[in-house]
Amino acid sequence: MVQKLDQLTETASQTAGPYVHIGCIPSFAGLEGIYPEDLGRSPIADGAMGTPITITGSVFDSTGWALRDALLETWQADAAGIYPGQPGADPAVSGFCRFAADGQSGLYTLQTIKPGPVTLPDGRVQAPHISVWIVARGINTGLSTRIYFEDEKNESDPVLSRIEQRPRVQTLIAQLTGGGAYRFDIRLRGEGETVFLDM
Amino acid sequence: MAASLPLIPRNRAIHPDSYDPGYKTSMSRAPELPLLSLDSTPSEETGPRFGHGTIGPLDNNLILNWTKGAAPAVGERILLHGRVMDEMGRPVPETLVEIWQANAGGRYRHVKDTYFAPFDPNFGGCGRTLTDADGYYQFMTIKPGAYPWPNRGNDWRPAHIHFSVFGHAFGQRLITQMYFEGDPLIARCPIVATIKDRGQIEQLVAPLDMAMAKPMDFLAYKFDIVLRGRRHTLFENRPEGM
Repeated sequence: MVQKLDQLTETASQTAGPYVHIGCIPSFAGLEGIYPEDLGRSPIADGAMGTPITITGSVFDSTGWALRDALLETWQADAAGIYPGQPGADPAVSGFCRFAADGQSGLYTLQTIKPGPVTLPDGRVQAPHISVWIVARGINTGLSTRIYFEDEKNESDPVLSRIEQRPRVQTLIAQLTGGGAYRFDIRLRGEGETVFLDM
Repeated sequence: MAASLPLIPRNRAIHPDSYDPGYKTSMSRAPELPLLSLDSTPSEETGPRFGHGTIGPLDNNLILNWTKGAAPAVGERILLHGRVMDEMGRPVPETLVEIWQANAGGRYRHVKDTYFAPFDPNFGGCGRTLTDADGYYQFMTIKPGAYPWPNRGNDWRPAHIHFSVFGHAFGQRLITQMYFEGDPLIARCPIVATIKDRGQIEQLVAPLDMAMAKPMDFLAYKFDIVLRGRRHTLFENRPEGM
């Protein structure tokens, strides 16, 4: 016999299901007015410093069908690479956004400012990125990934550099489609599958 | 600062299988390739915080919040309460807990739900609250009904309540479902069965808690939630290998 570790086991995940919008963005489900407004409508307030950007895309299943029922959450640093809550963070950046794929087209849109590079405690620097968490019917545990940007220096990013199959790095890089506009598609399974993170 | 302590790596074996033929939709939506496992960074170790200003006084009362207190929802009245902790047993205070559920007839108030059980005009189906300083939360609601869903020929969901919990780090984010003690549909549910660890399934089943039930008013169920913990050592945040 040995001493007990006295630790608990994390509660198991279960799918968010097709009605996740009721709990997370009730006005999308048709429950307008139950709260004054949905939580996480925008990651920025007026006066946020940095370059405004718009990211659009879809979440595709293995057949190439764009999910109509996906819910996405994003979390990001401010333009200086400081996370909300850390000393010196831009008070106009909440950093958190919650949005759904459109029920008709399956397209999502995120309007924010481009985050800055994030320096790690050990001195390495992460290229500008936005963390993404995806839940939906059929996804049993929420999936994590990151949006990097085509027009940033991504070569020495400590996460991207750990992806063995180099062509897969592209699955995490948003493509510039116009002034401040990017496209970022997520492929859950099969050809072109997005790199999902376990961090 | 505390917000930058590393997260304990997630034990994927205690979570559901992502690909499970019993739950058909997972077959086209589960990644085929392995996840990329790395140490957490500030991007995962920090996370959104929500204050009391966000929460309205009826937000944690699903019996009354849809009608703003004008008329109560139909159904078996229950108090749902419990504690949010991390893997080290520490309470997770001041964190947002959101729930959503079907009404007493098993119908969701959602544009996509076409089941013919009627809407309850006095029931919306979502609530939210912040845990207190010790990680405790409470909701008043009604017990949701079971309902059929398109999967195999005749699958029914056991009565359940969806839970969304934030913790203090984006990497702790969790969505799960709570079931009710004694429901025979739990053992037949293919979504429950995506979890292969029996002990982990049992942790999703809330016991009837008569000590917290109020005579002639409501029953009570208790549901504790455990989020990923953080590594608290004196040896963090040094250059690699030093």
